[in-house]
Amino acid sequence: MSGLAFYLPFIWAFIVILAISVYVILDGFDLGIGMLFAFEKKPEHRDIMINTIAPVWDGNETWMVLGGATLFGVFPGAYSTLLPAFYIPIIIMLGALIFRGVAFEFRIMAHSPNHRAFWNTGFMAGSTLAAFCQGCILGGYVQGVHTSNGAFAGGAMDWLTPFSVLCGLSVVIGYALLGTTWLVWRTSDELEAQCRRWSKRLSILMLLCIIAVSCWTPFLHAPYLHHWIAFPNILFGLPVPLLVALAGFLMWRTLDKEHAITPFLCTIGWFLLSLVGLAITIWPYAVPPTLTLWDVASPVPSQLFQLVGTVILLPIITGYSIYSYYLFRGKVTKADGYH
Amino acid sequence: MVHGHDLPLTIARIQFAFTVGVHIIFPAFSIGLSVFLTFLEGMWLKTNDDRYLNLFKYWLKVFSIVFGMGVVSGIVMAYEFGTNWAGFSAKAGPITGVLLSYEVMTAFFMEAGFLGVMLFGLNRVGRRMHYFATCAVTTGTLISMTWILASNSWMQTPQGYVIDPKTGHFLPHDWLAIIFNPSFPYRITHMGLAAMLSVAFTVAAAGAWHLLKARKNGTQADSTIRLMFSLSLWMIVVTAPLQIIAGDMHGLNTLKYQPAKIAAMEGDWTSETRAPELLFGIPNMKTEHTDYAIGIPLLGSFILTHDINGKVPGLKDYPADQRAPAPIVFFSFRIMIALGGLMLLCGLWSLWLRRRQRLFDHPLFLRVILAMAPAGFLALLCGWVTTEVGRQPWTVYGLLRTKDSASPLALSSLSFSMLFFVAVYLFVFGSGLLMLIRLLRAAPEAADNASDDIMILGSHHHTVSQNKDAS
Repeated sequence: MSGLAFYLPFIWAFIVILAISVYVILDGFDLGIGMLFAFEKKPEHRDIMINTIAPVWDGNETWMVLGGATLFGVFPGAYSTLLPAFYIPIIIMLGALIFRGVAFEFRIMAHSPNHRAFWNTGFMAGSTLAAFCQGCILGGYVQGVHTSNGAFAGGAMDWLTPFSVLCGLSVVIGYALLGTTWLVWRTSDELEAQCRRWSKRLSILMLLCIIAVSCWTPFLHAPYLHHWIAFPNILFGLPVPLLVALAGFLMWRTLDKEHAITPFLCTIGWFLLSLVGLAITIWPYAVPPTLTLWDVASPVPSQLFQLVGTVILLPIITGYSIYSYYLFRGKVTKADGYH
Repeated sequence: MVHGHDLPLTIARIQFAFTVGVHIIFPAFSIGLSVFLTFLEGMWLKTNDDRYLNLFKYWLKVFSIVFGMGVVSGIVMAYEFGTNWAGFSAKAGPITGVLLSYEVMTAFFMEAGFLGVMLFGLNRVGRRMHYFATCAVTTGTLISMTWILASNSWMQTPQGYVIDPKTGHFLPHDWLAIIFNPSFPYRITHMGLAAMLSVAFTVAAAGAWHLLKARKNGTQADSTIRLMFSLSLWMIVVTAPLQIIAGDMHGLNTLKYQPAKIAAMEGDWTSETRAPELLFGIPNMKTEHTDYAIGIPLLGSFILTHDINGKVPGLKDYPADQRAPAPIVFFSFRIMIALGGLMLLCGLWSLWLRRRQRLFDHPLFLRVILAMAPAGFLALLCGWVTTEVGRQPWTVYGLLRTKDSASPLALSSLSFSMLFFVAVYLFVFGSGLLMLIRLLRAAPEAADNASDDIMILGSHHHTVSQNKDAS
């Protein structure tokens, strides 16, 4: 393998991981807010919570479409193996996202209190189920997919293991924490105080999840453990748990104080470190434990053509996405509504 | 007949037809409606006539629901290629996956990024920036249509590729040839006009409903509704004939590149000159004959080739395993044509009534327009059934068979997803449709402080929500 055929999949792996990370963080707090509907019953608080994300959630979700489309175009071998492998959780996730997505409009347009209550529940259940399925897919992915001749050759329920269920629960808890810390930043008064309390409990749960998943993962496949303990990898790997501890410490310190955005940033830090940790573990497989990035990559002309567009367009997309967040910045209160 | 081993493939095909059939309604609605909204807001900025603003806000609510349903049903499509059509994805992903990625990057993000501003931002950004956001969303819907139709058209009339001899994968060779493939210009024109026409009929029907209601109450509908009705009918007058011309050109293009599809559409079994145009018939795939055929002599050749001596293809020109299921295509094509004709007649009728100044108070006309509310969307669906079923048994025309495109899935998995999607779609999108109807049954409201530069777009939205919650 020479030149571009070798290097392009590297670049694309980086871009795909970036897109998935951005999706996880951005839609993570959207989905987390949906889950919080299970605990926050006050209509005016619910409206405020929704209003913090109403103008931006659609763009957040688009990162997932970008992830899927990029896999399709650049790593079709992974797209055509992983999607059949996780068929059941993907289908359920899509259904859950439908309920979550339409609930934004439907709960407002509802014609009766019961009807509205139904779509509030749909928003909550859809968000929770989508998050759980995403975690199961992630767990199933890390534990590996059975392939033969580059196609999926396993069973429909291979993904369902104690490990994938643990990952599912971890993602649910993690997204909920993203939601509460986002609301600490974007709301005020009673709701903000409530979210600070929730964040404390959720942060302890999430830390436990990170530890549990981290301790379990290396023993799923021999190469995974090797990645972490072999020299010099350990030099790169070691800072990851240290940084997790540091972010946790900072979050705990700031949840009681005025630093509105810090807990949210620390949660993002946890997510990024977890994703980087997983990437280190799995490298260089696109479909662990058999297919590498190069096995599943598109031909060079496809990768190149898409790269040109991506390099030009992603900064522009980032630009107007930031503009949209900037436009709807600041604490959202009852008085301010949407507007 | 469906054999046991074909059943998963059959379910996968029905599932794709169902999910994409439901989905396509929403982007088509969004495309047409965003163009209409851009026009309304532009006219408001230009004339300062508040009726345009009221109509803009009225249809913006509809747009927010329709767009949301398009997004969630579209995500299913982005993943369904991989879940259900892994064979196709692995082989054609290097081409269609790249086109889809460009759609995401150039269109989806732009729509999503500016939709928030469009729905909620007028008082934060002011009129000009808000209009810019509306235009950006509209441009996004049009760009989205461009990429997805480039991809679909490439699958119908593939070029600009080479096939990897080892893996059978399609390798891109010339991207411009891939995008601007032979059927693309015709398909995009036909689809763009279909979106405009569908929305024009929906808007017209909403107007007709309010005009009939006012008539029943013995009052006169206010001028905002009359304006809406009039605008939508002008749109029909312009787009209906254009669509017939575009459809005719698309047909000539199909005859050139996919003659087997034309044979199935026409129910013609033997290739002949001076062919009749069948008005009715039941194509029989077993006996290779179209039963109960009623035709008009010479018209078939004339329509297809613009020459009564023109030669039209027959299904028997092609091996039995390369023929599309003619009964479906034959009827979907005829329903589309009939609806197209009715839509044209509605346009002409409106011109006649307008001339006689009876546009707003001719009860039969209003009822017909109300009944025609779904006509555009039905024609659009029939058109897609014609072109998609008509290109069977291929996914990439002449190169990749549908049966080689499917995923290696268990029958139980496919049955589960089929039932799941049907249940979720009927419930969710059924609810959405009811909400749309409820929205449209309320008349457009006059804006408060409409002339004020600071407009609170979403506040009505929000107040409603709070009242509902409190109750």
